[in-house]
Amino acid sequence: MKTDNKIMLTGNKAAAWGARMAQVEYVPAFPITPQTEIVETLAQWFADGTLQGKFTNMDSEHSMFMAAGAAAATGVRVFTASSSQGILHGMESLYTITGWRVPLVLVNVSRALATPITLEPDHNDVMSTRDCGLIQLHAETCQEIFDFILIGHKIAENPQVCLPVLVNMDGFYLSFTREPVLIPDKKTILKFLPLFEPVYPVFQASQPMARASAVFGGSTYSYFKMQHNLAAHHAEKVFNDATAEFSELFGRTYEPAEKFHMDDADFVFVMSNSFATKGKAAVLKLRQQGIKAGLLKIRLFRPFPVAFIAQALCGHERVAVIDQNLAPGMGGITYPEIVSSLYPYENRPKKIVSVIGGLGGKDITESDFMSIIDHMKNSDSKTPLYLFDQEDQRAFQRIQKIANVKKEVSSS
Amino acid sequence: MTALAGKYKKLKDLHPEEAITPGTGLCAGCGGLDGLRLALKELGENVLICNAAGCFTLLSVYPFTPLKGSWLYTTMGAPVPAAQGVRDALDIRLQHRELPDKEDLLVMTVAGDGSSNDIGLGATSAALHRNLDFIYFCYDNEAYGNTGFQLSAASPYGSATQTAPNTEFHPAGTEFFKKDLFEIWKAQKPTYIATVSPREPIDLSNKFAKAKTMSGSRMFICMSPCPTGWGFDPKESDLIAKLAVDTGMFPIKEYFEGQVTHTKRPQRRLPVEKFLQRQKRFRHLFEPECRHDIIENIQSHVDEYWSHYE
Repeated sequence: MKTDNKIMLTGNKAAAWGARMAQVEYVPAFPITPQTEIVETLAQWFADGTLQGKFTNMDSEHSMFMAAGAAAATGVRVFTASSSQGILHGMESLYTITGWRVPLVLVNVSRALATPITLEPDHNDVMSTRDCGLIQLHAETCQEIFDFILIGHKIAENPQVCLPVLVNMDGFYLSFTREPVLIPDKKTILKFLPLFEPVYPVFQASQPMARASAVFGGSTYSYFKMQHNLAAHHAEKVFNDATAEFSELFGRTYEPAEKFHMDDADFVFVMSNSFATKGKAAVLKLRQQGIKAGLLKIRLFRPFPVAFIAQALCGHERVAVIDQNLAPGMGGITYPEIVSSLYPYENRPKKIVSVIGGLGGKDITESDFMSIIDHMKNSDSKTPLYLFDQEDQRAFQRIQKIANVKKEVSSS
Repeated sequence: MTALAGKYKKLKDLHPEEAITPGTGLCAGCGGLDGLRLALKELGENVLICNAAGCFTLLSVYPFTPLKGSWLYTTMGAPVPAAQGVRDALDIRLQHRELPDKEDLLVMTVAGDGSSNDIGLGATSAALHRNLDFIYFCYDNEAYGNTGFQLSAASPYGSATQTAPNTEFHPAGTEFFKKDLFEIWKAQKPTYIATVSPREPIDLSNKFAKAKTMSGSRMFICMSPCPTGWGFDPKESDLIAKLAVDTGMFPIKEYFEGQVTHTKRPQRRLPVEKFLQRQKRFRHLFEPECRHDIIENIQSHVDEYWSHYE
């Protein structure tokens, strides 16, 4: 393949290509919409010899993550993918294998969680893995997906980290959207990411060891958790080093968060993933109208780049954190993380509002961004702002009317 | 020749090396530990155990392990998928990454009856479907032992457990018969299945010696008398294990190439009372009054089983 072959790929295909160019050796898989295209593509490549190693059809995500972790502990490069309910079903295994401190990359194709069951995206699924101790990279474009899988393996396999890396993309909006993706040549990729050679002992006859043994007493448990925490924090430096090297080799630069028209921005949207593209379009539109808007797109979500985010947001007047997730009874999940990052700084924004939208794939429109600006301007606006308006209410009533629903239970 | 062509005839023939050393946190008189010890004498040190949450999780408590081989604690429901991941990774390295054959490991799952019959059964069925190359060791103490003896699908009819207590309205305690895990596994035609008892060490060792030479899924259920849960003096563990076999309540058998063979057939089956009356979990069948009806149900169930083979 010639240098930087550019091909049109969906988000899912870009993920499969990322795994392919990372020369992953093992893929345990279980299908779930909208992730299936990833594992189908990899199944084909293992079956026809394009990829060397093994693809194993597992019986659930709980089993799949466990097999992935165990294989990583046995010294091969592992990749897998899931989504939504699958993440929840595999959650016990995710906590378990992150505690094993094993390197692997998994892609989550975001999809809202039941109930009600649906297919379209929001981020409650990926947010559910927030505290389990893996590293999280959130992708806006198909190129980012591809690149983050290479960078993800590099971070995961760093001896100071040794943790699974999750690369997140939005289902449908990105998983099924074709975009041009640059695929670098194999030789340069090998320079960035050589074949996997484990640094620490892995399971084989000459290296007998007991792993993940039970512990008694809070001190021993805490020791391991503190170690895990240090490794996760250290991953920010490893991310920065890896992306610097990546930039040098491939010309694409990735900071922990992307600053879009931030320099003189009075109004800042904080977003992540594919909807950030909508946010960027709104920023350009607002600037045409003379409103100094900007956007901060979070790429590295775990470890949370506290100092980087504080540095990026301090000095700006008003900030709206747009959460495409909902913790009922509290609000947006990332909002408190942003606020606590800013709290120690005197020049923190005057107003930091929480916005909740995009649930279950509901679009965030240009007029939504306008109302977010109004919300930021209004001195006594209540937070959070829910992006659910009269039109949404009417749309809901329309389908009820079609079915002649007499009365729906509702909370005021 | 029967399916079992044993290499051992006498106790002193057994492998002299131990792969599991003394000094574990398990209970005195644990029958399952005795079974695993005998099994590992045969299987050796180049073994990786993928362990499910249960009593045997206490074998390796950081920073100690009694094992000469390797250990990986997993979860209660996914020790077998972990075995799949390890097996797959070893195969990949043997085939593509020049791992020498001598570095290969025998991959094993060690799980209790709760994991085996309940929470982990789906994943095990999937592994049997894939004919995973591994050895499965289920220590069957007929309840969730490590949590204080609650009902599992392996708890026998008539036994009292913490979550199926005997009361005026539920005189039997456990009201269902034990799930037939052997037959469930057999439906998927794995390479080999055997039931073993620590009280039958020669039979047990011969079965593991034989399984070691095979590939594919090799499945074991080890009768595991449990002094704390079943309620007997630890020194009687061997006697209880023997009575389980002699009353016909725990058939010692194997499945190989489509055939089931009883390898330790009781000469003359003793009445089930002989097994029941020595254990606290069945005391309500004898005191304050004898529940002949329940004991008779247990006896009939055993008789019905053997009517197919005697």
